[in-house]
Amino acid sequence: MNAPILSDKDFASDQEVRWCPGCGDYAILKTIQKLMPTLDVPKENQVFISGIGCSSRFPYYMNTYGFHTIHGRALSVATGAKIANPDLDIWVVTGDGDALSIGGNHTLHALRRNVDLQILLFNNEIYGLTKGQASPTSKVGTHSPSTPDGSLDMPLRPCVFALGAGARFVARTIDTEAKIMTPILRRAHDYKGASFVEIYQNCPVYNDGIFEYIKNKKNAAESRLILEHGKPLLFGADNEKGIRLNSKTLKLEIVTIGENGITEDDIVVHDETNKVLAQMLAGLKTPEFPEAIGVLYCETDVPSYTDEVYQQRIFVREKKGAADMNALLRTGHTWTVS
Amino acid sequence: MSAVESSDQDGAHQVSDVVVRFAGDSGDGMQLTGSNFTEATALSGNDLATFPDFPAEIRAPAGATFGVSAFQIYFGSEDVTTAGDDVDVLVAMNPAALITNLKDLVSGGLVIVDTDAFTDKNMGRAGYESSPLEDGSLDAYRVVPIDITKRVVESVKPHGLNHKFAVRCKNMWTLGLVMWLFDRDRTATIANLRNKFKNKPEIADANVAALNAGHAYGETAEMPTGVEVYKVPRAEVAPGLYRNTTGSEALAYGLLAGSQLAGLPMTFASYPITPATSLLHTLSGLKQFDVVTFQAEDEIAAVCAAIGASFAGSLGVTSSSGPGISLKAEAISLATQVELPLVIANTQRGGPSTGLPTKTEQSDLNQALFGRHGDAMLPVIAAATSTDCFDAAIESVRLATQFMTPVILLSDGYMANASEPWLVPDMADYEAFPVTFETNPEGFTPVNRDPVTLARVWAKPGTPGLEHRVGGIEKNFLTGDISYDSDNHQKMTDLREDKINGIANYIPEQEVSMGETSGKLVVVGWGSTYGAIHQAVKRCRQNNLDVSHVHIRYLNPFPRNLGDLLAGFDTVLVPEMNTGQLVDVLRARYLIDAKPLNKVSGQPFKIREVEGAIKSLLEA
Repeated sequence: MNAPILSDKDFASDQEVRWCPGCGDYAILKTIQKLMPTLDVPKENQVFISGIGCSSRFPYYMNTYGFHTIHGRALSVATGAKIANPDLDIWVVTGDGDALSIGGNHTLHALRRNVDLQILLFNNEIYGLTKGQASPTSKVGTHSPSTPDGSLDMPLRPCVFALGAGARFVARTIDTEAKIMTPILRRAHDYKGASFVEIYQNCPVYNDGIFEYIKNKKNAAESRLILEHGKPLLFGADNEKGIRLNSKTLKLEIVTIGENGITEDDIVVHDETNKVLAQMLAGLKTPEFPEAIGVLYCETDVPSYTDEVYQQRIFVREKKGAADMNALLRTGHTWTVS
Repeated sequence: MSAVESSDQDGAHQVSDVVVRFAGDSGDGMQLTGSNFTEATALSGNDLATFPDFPAEIRAPAGATFGVSAFQIYFGSEDVTTAGDDVDVLVAMNPAALITNLKDLVSGGLVIVDTDAFTDKNMGRAGYESSPLEDGSLDAYRVVPIDITKRVVESVKPHGLNHKFAVRCKNMWTLGLVMWLFDRDRTATIANLRNKFKNKPEIADANVAALNAGHAYGETAEMPTGVEVYKVPRAEVAPGLYRNTTGSEALAYGLLAGSQLAGLPMTFASYPITPATSLLHTLSGLKQFDVVTFQAEDEIAAVCAAIGASFAGSLGVTSSSGPGISLKAEAISLATQVELPLVIANTQRGGPSTGLPTKTEQSDLNQALFGRHGDAMLPVIAAATSTDCFDAAIESVRLATQFMTPVILLSDGYMANASEPWLVPDMADYEAFPVTFETNPEGFTPVNRDPVTLARVWAKPGTPGLEHRVGGIEKNFLTGDISYDSDNHQKMTDLREDKINGIANYIPEQEVSMGETSGKLVVVGWGSTYGAIHQAVKRCRQNNLDVSHVHIRYLNPFPRNLGDLLAGFDTVLVPEMNTGQLVDVLRARYLIDAKPLNKVSGQPFKIREVEGAIKSLLEA
């Protein structure tokens, strides 16, 4: 029997979407609903698991299995679900506060373990659902109800954190750019292991316009460094600018092709399997640099934790033989009283 | 040791029961000595109970009083349910072990000491100003001073060990001597040593040589008057196949058995914490069964992974001790809100905070009953003895899966570490309680319920047509969609409460462990106080006192007849290893003037402490 052909509407639940008008989450929801029918996974095996925050309402709007858990713990719940049933295709939806503040420890460990999950971090650099406090990704000086004179703490960059934690698949995209996001999510999905995707997401109420420098099409050529494996790191209106590695400072720098004898041969060619390069790209920041969009890092041929768990189990079963509860209870020294 | 009853023709004394305590440095191998002696004692047909008592430090500085590790065993020819009140035979491997344990030795009791360890330095470190072996401070006891270290080194010389490794065999030498004293067979211990050191045969040979040398010393040396072989007659116990088990091992096996009876794979997610960690150790070694173990990054991740596993259709189980359970509290409330099965095993220890990590207490009852945000009721079950952990664990799985609820299973450090003989259960005697997952999309909502038990349906991801969402937000009574409606929240809160209270209809009525269903006094216990209360009530009843024993397994909801049962007694006494937690609940629930008897010393109740309380209440 052929499975019925599904459309994006089949993945929309009957629940009224309750995000604020203009929220970047709408665009992400639509992109994912459109992606789902194109994935080679039965609908009933798709699972969305979230923590707490605006983004974590996501599962309610997907007509799949879903679990809206508690603050910061989505990855732990997802890890347990994946271990219990590796056939499930699990997406974790989380935010900058959920994944990097209260749940930072779980993000670290899910990534280093390489649990086979798609981790979508909606980064809006603010706490939305609690009405606008500074988050761990807010820029220094962010004015918010909890930081009326400007925030003092240094923000962390999600992709830098993920690479530091040992993530094997790290990508970055933008909420309203379905054309960029769709292939990235497809690759994240296909990746057997923990795939980490940071999504720049606009909060129109508490942090409006924070990503305007990169979202706005007018700035896009200058502010986006679109990554393609095997292609030189070029940007600018006519792809006239590029990223070069300065061999003396071991830093990336911007050069212009045709100036000072620079040719395309001087430009760094993107290599997704190069972790050092990925770390440098993850750290590039506006206004000094364009920001990297695409797959920063993808380490292939690494077994996922979940696969390893079951491989080990098969190995033990072959060694120890069939399990028998009554036999287990009778192991060790026993004696009979008659 | 009870009075000498008779002497047989070999001159061996017969005694009905004996308490032996091995005490030494935490690196002296006292726990290994104790467990081998326990096994030999069980094999000889005595009933027994043990109490391993060790410090939190893994290797405390040699000779320090805070580093003393002890193992106590009580064995006899009648039913033994505690590790004994007073020590008859104390083995003290050094001055620190002597000074910290002597107070528990009966007058006239036997002390075996290693004189080689009684150096000025060691005695000074233990706090002795003069040698207790010479200054008359041991005159009330029978002392057997032996230069054990020297003899051990001598006996293992043929095996070529250096001095350091040779000295380490002194626990086996001492064990050999004590085995001689109680006429124990060394075969099982020798087999254990050969197995333990199978990759280091010279170490195995040396330990066996030391064991045999200690035994030979007993046979040939001139012992002080009255020190000779004691024989303890076999206990009359139910026929069948026996083994020894600790509570922790029985609990692990019970969880596994429970998941089999439910027809579910188990996902066990935990984080190391004393004294609960051995559950993770045991289950992670049983991958041939349908169990996956997960050592999480913290307590919260552990409970959340277990909840995730239950969501996916597995039996999620997590374990910890008090402080870790506090960390899990938020997630446990989530499990009550989403109504998923979850077993939370709490091996209680002395608190608050880090408290006494290796000592026992029952001070997490309030936490189990009330320690969550919101109205988050759940069933609470307490095991009573080491072997009872098996059945208590099975029952926890049954309630969790049949009622779609988290269940807290309480044990404690005492029963987790203590071992006792176990009439090995046969799984054929247990009734299965297979879980039925929802598969029919017709009229499906995630809040469809069994109209009688109120348990909601369990529809696991992977089932076509049943796609649905669960979550922490209050849900609509009829659809399961999120709802902030005030009337609906009232209804849902009432429903969750009714479901848990209704479990009282599916658990046995409260039985009387010993005695009558009414009378002057009932001693009400829960958890590991069982043994001490049992013996105390038994002794009092032998003295014709009107006292009965009720031991509560189901702490929430209580058995449906408990209030009526307690009302039939003039006085209710509640001994607990806390400052009075069950007693408050009983007073509040049944409006009875229950009396507390509390102890929080990190040590189990002595029989005489409970006996004394019974007598003073009956005489008042």
